[in-house]
Amino acid sequence: MDAFTPVPALIGGGLIGLASALLWLGNGRIAGISGIFGQLLPPARTVVWRGVFLVALIAGALAAAYLVPGLGVGGPAGKPAALVSAPAWTAIPTPVWLAVAGLLTGIGTKIGNGCTSGHGICGLARLSVRSLVAVAVFFGVAIVTVAVTRIV
Amino acid sequence: MAISLKLPYLATAALSGLLFGAGLYVSQMVNPLKVLRFLDFGAIPSGGWDPSLAFVMGGGLVVMFLAIRFGRRRDAPLFDTSFHEPVFSKVDRPLVIGAALFGIGWGMSGICPGPAIALIAFLPNNLWIYLVAMFIGSYLGSLVMPSEGRERLPAAAPAE
Repeated sequence: MDAFTPVPALIGGGLIGLASALLWLGNGRIAGISGIFGQLLPPARTVVWRGVFLVALIAGALAAAYLVPGLGVGGPAGKPAALVSAPAWTAIPTPVWLAVAGLLTGIGTKIGNGCTSGHGICGLARLSVRSLVAVAVFFGVAIVTVAVTRIV
Repeated sequence: MAISLKLPYLATAALSGLLFGAGLYVSQMVNPLKVLRFLDFGAIPSGGWDPSLAFVMGGGLVVMFLAIRFGRRRDAPLFDTSFHEPVFSKVDRPLVIGAALFGIGWGMSGICPGPAIALIAFLPNNLWIYLVAMFIGSYLGSLVMPSEGRERLPAAAPAE
């Protein structure tokens, strides 16, 4: 086991669940980050709450880093680890690698209508078949991608 | 218009965002390597696999499952006139292709949209490149498959 951390994982997951529950029972909205992010673009109809949510999400991560800096999120002084570098064997510059990853994530979550939060937490909790299929596909493809790129 | 600018509505969005961001940090999902070590199933035989991400999903799912059950007994959320249930129901090609493209991006980087936004708090090198690309990707996706109608309820969509 390489640094398996079940307790912070469960507590953090519970907080994410609580956040999703609050947004659903309070405002009737799915806490799907790709949807909230993607619909900041035209022809979005409601930008305000989405902007508030995303700014608060950044603030929440920052606040947690101050409150519990000793969790070990990979980097020094409570900061997360750096982003990945492109695998050396690909000879692709890291900025290009990350741009491609971001582009695929943006397109994929848009046409697939969701990401790890929207399909993974909210969709599965709603027992949505669409979400179950999406989760199986993106986990499966991501696992194959890691195996092929040998990025870890 | 009316509903989206009311204070309790926006305060709920803010509190939810705060908890979400804190959860991403506490669960260490803001660390791309942590995510990749879960996705690295090749490390299972050698004992180097990190199953933490499954516990994050599990913890979130249990809480949200109970909230959905509770919500089913009510007609509307506290601060809006209806639950905005996703209206698509069929497993179609865009869903599968989209999930597959996202899976490649996720596996290449160890970041998905939530952690990508949360990482703005720490500004690691190259984050902006990823975020701008994700934004452009999302825009391109909306051109390929306009899905802005997906949140609309079949009838009586609340005025926003």
